[in-house]
Amino acid sequence: MNVSRREFLKLSGVTAGGLLLPAGAALAAKRFPLHKPVGETPTICCFCGVGCGAIVASGPDGKVVNVEGDPDHPINLGTLCSKGAALAQLNLDPGNRRLKTPLYRAPGALDWEEKSWDWTIEQIARRIKDLRDEHFEEQDGEGRIVNRLRTIASLGGAAHDSEECALIVKAMRALGLVFIEHQARI
Amino acid sequence: MTNHWVDLKNSDIILIIGSNAAENHPISFKWINEARKKGAKLINVDPRFTRSSATADLYARIRSGCDIAFINGMIKWVLDDMEAHPEKYNMTYVTEYTNMSFLIDPSFTLPADNGGKFSGFQVMDEFSIGQFGQYDKSTWKWQTDADGIPKKDKTLKDPNCAFQLLKKQVSRYTVEKVCSVTGTDPDAYRQVCELYASTGAPDRSGTIMYAMGTTQHTHGTQNIRAYAILQLLLGNIGVAGGGINALRGESNVQGSTDHCLLWHILPGYLKPPTASQQSLQAHLDASTPKSNDPKSANWWQNYPKYFVSLLKSWYGENATADNEFGYHFLPKLEVGRNYSHIALFEAMHAGEIEGLFCWGTNPAVGGPNVNFEREAMSKLKWMVAVDLWQTETCSIWQPDVCDDPASQQTEFFLLPAAASYEKEGSVVNSGRWAQWRWKGAQPPGQAHHDLWIVSQIMNAVRNLYKDEGGANPDPILKLRWDYGYDPSAEDVAKEINGYALVDIVDDKGNVIYKKGELLTSFGHLKADGTTASSNWLYTGSYTEAGNQMARRDNADYHPAGIGLYSNWSWCWPLNRRIIYNRASVDLDGNPFAPDKFVIRWAGKWEGDVPDGGWAPMNMEGTRYAFIMKTEGHAHIFGPGLVDGPFPEHYEPLEGPVDNAFSATQVNPTIKVWQPDEISDRNEFPVVCTTYRVTEHWQAGQMTRNLPWLVELMPQVFVEISKELGAELGVETGDPIKLSNVRGSARAVAIVTNRFKPFTIEGQAVHQVGIPWHWGFTGLAQGDSANLLTPHVGDANTMIPEFKAFLVKVEKV
Repeated sequence: MNVSRREFLKLSGVTAGGLLLPAGAALAAKRFPLHKPVGETPTICCFCGVGCGAIVASGPDGKVVNVEGDPDHPINLGTLCSKGAALAQLNLDPGNRRLKTPLYRAPGALDWEEKSWDWTIEQIARRIKDLRDEHFEEQDGEGRIVNRLRTIASLGGAAHDSEECALIVKAMRALGLVFIEHQARI
Repeated sequence: MTNHWVDLKNSDIILIIGSNAAENHPISFKWINEARKKGAKLINVDPRFTRSSATADLYARIRSGCDIAFINGMIKWVLDDMEAHPEKYNMTYVTEYTNMSFLIDPSFTLPADNGGKFSGFQVMDEFSIGQFGQYDKSTWKWQTDADGIPKKDKTLKDPNCAFQLLKKQVSRYTVEKVCSVTGTDPDAYRQVCELYASTGAPDRSGTIMYAMGTTQHTHGTQNIRAYAILQLLLGNIGVAGGGINALRGESNVQGSTDHCLLWHILPGYLKPPTASQQSLQAHLDASTPKSNDPKSANWWQNYPKYFVSLLKSWYGENATADNEFGYHFLPKLEVGRNYSHIALFEAMHAGEIEGLFCWGTNPAVGGPNVNFEREAMSKLKWMVAVDLWQTETCSIWQPDVCDDPASQQTEFFLLPAAASYEKEGSVVNSGRWAQWRWKGAQPPGQAHHDLWIVSQIMNAVRNLYKDEGGANPDPILKLRWDYGYDPSAEDVAKEINGYALVDIVDDKGNVIYKKGELLTSFGHLKADGTTASSNWLYTGSYTEAGNQMARRDNADYHPAGIGLYSNWSWCWPLNRRIIYNRASVDLDGNPFAPDKFVIRWAGKWEGDVPDGGWAPMNMEGTRYAFIMKTEGHAHIFGPGLVDGPFPEHYEPLEGPVDNAFSATQVNPTIKVWQPDEISDRNEFPVVCTTYRVTEHWQAGQMTRNLPWLVELMPQVFVEISKELGAELGVETGDPIKLSNVRGSARAVAIVTNRFKPFTIEGQAVHQVGIPWHWGFTGLAQGDSANLLTPHVGDANTMIPEFKAFLVKVEKV
């Protein structure tokens, strides 16, 4: 089956992204033979609110090979600004600056310690519960039901996916938080 | 944006004010230039001669903080011209679609009659810069007839009609007076007025592109109100190439706002309950507007359907009619208390807040008065930061910035997150297009996407409450949280869209949805607990036909070729690409601008998804065009804000001169949090503003860690005029220091023609500007501009006043 690169992207966009990657594979209803072991996936730039399209090319190891403007995207028609043109470096991380494991700084400590996810999540859950159990207000001074927690606050994030925002806001309100804000305010 | 990026190509006049789009939204110029190829003109209004100014047909300088004076003067120009030459304007639009004809309460009075305040001001505080308080708004209302419908005078002659009151309000804003306050050249100002007013012709359109230069003021909301009034007068809302277009600075600031990561709203702009609303019914009664006018759609009358569907989505089968659908699982706000960013940091500084989540955010650089906010965070018991990088915010304990790390007692948990294309989900651009992103690479090491992270935390908290009990576990344990170990973005997107909880039948008894099916329209949501949707605005985004946000058909099917791209991704509401579009047609449904129509009536609507499907105004069973407004008319007289139904000029908290329009110096309804921290103009005489550059992004963590971008833009700088440079003996490349009552920042000077001294009321006023991306971590480091900015916000929104404050400039 001969599929041009542009047609391939249109098809893959609707059915499956990141064909060589585990997360994409679950969705891969259609697969097309490629001549090189590089998967191409359409994305939207993570910087400003224009919402330009870009194409992420990555190898079998899941590392980015290249990111370029998406010529099919009706807003940017393949062009990108300097930030968009640097998208690849988010994953390539030439300065080795990305966080790769949970880090913990104890009170008074002078450095970070690497920790496991299990330990970190358990500790955070305990901190949340301690503050909530101590400070949760079921009623206010006038005896009205308020079910709120003022001693924990949540900030962020306007660069999250909408689905992430939906779960963060659901979780924070469920804990009783009222101090919930993000970058739109500032 | 009421419109969207590609729609800029349909504009006749593009006004960029409070934004530097060429720098910060460069791709927008693809469509601005497309318009200019067809003869459109670009106007730029800015304190600094920016990259946007350099490409503009007409540039007008303005001192930071003076938008209202500038726009009120334009409104005066238009009203004067409209009375002399009504044939040049779209009077049908003005009289039929806006509330210009509404008769206002005769006891309502204007600032000219009250020393700079509207009627009803009540003093609560007094500081050196004036009296502060709030308005009793009982006179800010229209007169109603016996049926409770607003009284109107469509001749616009009645002295109490909104048109005449607006005319009176702006009569003080003459060209001479405006320019003496804003520092604008009067000839340039007249050209701006004349050119922009030309979009008042029914078949022409003008767009206003704005960003944080507009919003980040103590009167930021009124700045936007002024733009909106101007656009409504010119018939520029709802039309192709028109609109009020906020240029969003982050890739999903639109979506994150729609999903309401904000204290004062719940998903879909619903209202969080307050302590005074002790039952679901009390909340719904207080939140659902009523209209007596049968021709008003009053869309928010549907509020109960959206609110109950949200409760059903969040609490599932634990939300029943018997427990008010779980209404009391929701936290209740204290009546009259503000919980916004500035208030939050004031509470943290006072010790009220002990734990903090920072989800991909860096307030130690991006917040106002960062010395104060860093100090507030150092008082926390713990912080959980979820990020790609080690930011300034999670580094405030480190020896290079903390005097005594060993006594700094905050615990920090720093969780590694996945970047945008290392996970799956949707982001919503400024034009409300929800665009799906697929996973295209693996996150490094053990980094995870935030759905996984938040789910792990909630699963662990729920397990603790299950095992141990604790303070009221119900809101946590009755929550529907069944996402498993690794939540799927697709599943969450379906939950946002909403689905039927039982078989849903229409009026004729036909089953339109089987139980469990995804809904196609928020018109099908119910208040009786038979539907669930965690955000009504997004109903239709993920249906039984598939993920609409993932659509990639890039053909423009609109008959006039106006570039709607309606089959590319999906936009809220209901894939309507230009909102308020029923105002783009006359009373018979014929478009005011046939060559670039948005919708038109041909027995049914053609073109974009119409704003409510009702027939044109001259037909039976119709509804007014502005369906979200209770009375169906766009608000030129806008009683909803806290600081006035019309915009009135006030100086910033730190202004370089006395207010020339009245004795009220500063917006009298702001909250002055730190009255002792106001920079005195005698000691700190220079106006300063902050801004951004193309190569960096926001608080810098996403760009100051990328070598390519650091190489392009390595260092923080301050732009100063040649005149100020000569006064200080400063040349380009010299290190200089900006300081005020809150702090100081060092940077390299760029001595440039891009800034010029202003002459304000006969007095020379200098202005300088500094980009705010830098901080003390990352590959490129430098002082944060927000070391200088005040901890004060807009009266309505509490957005900080980053864009106009006072400093002293020194050579170091």
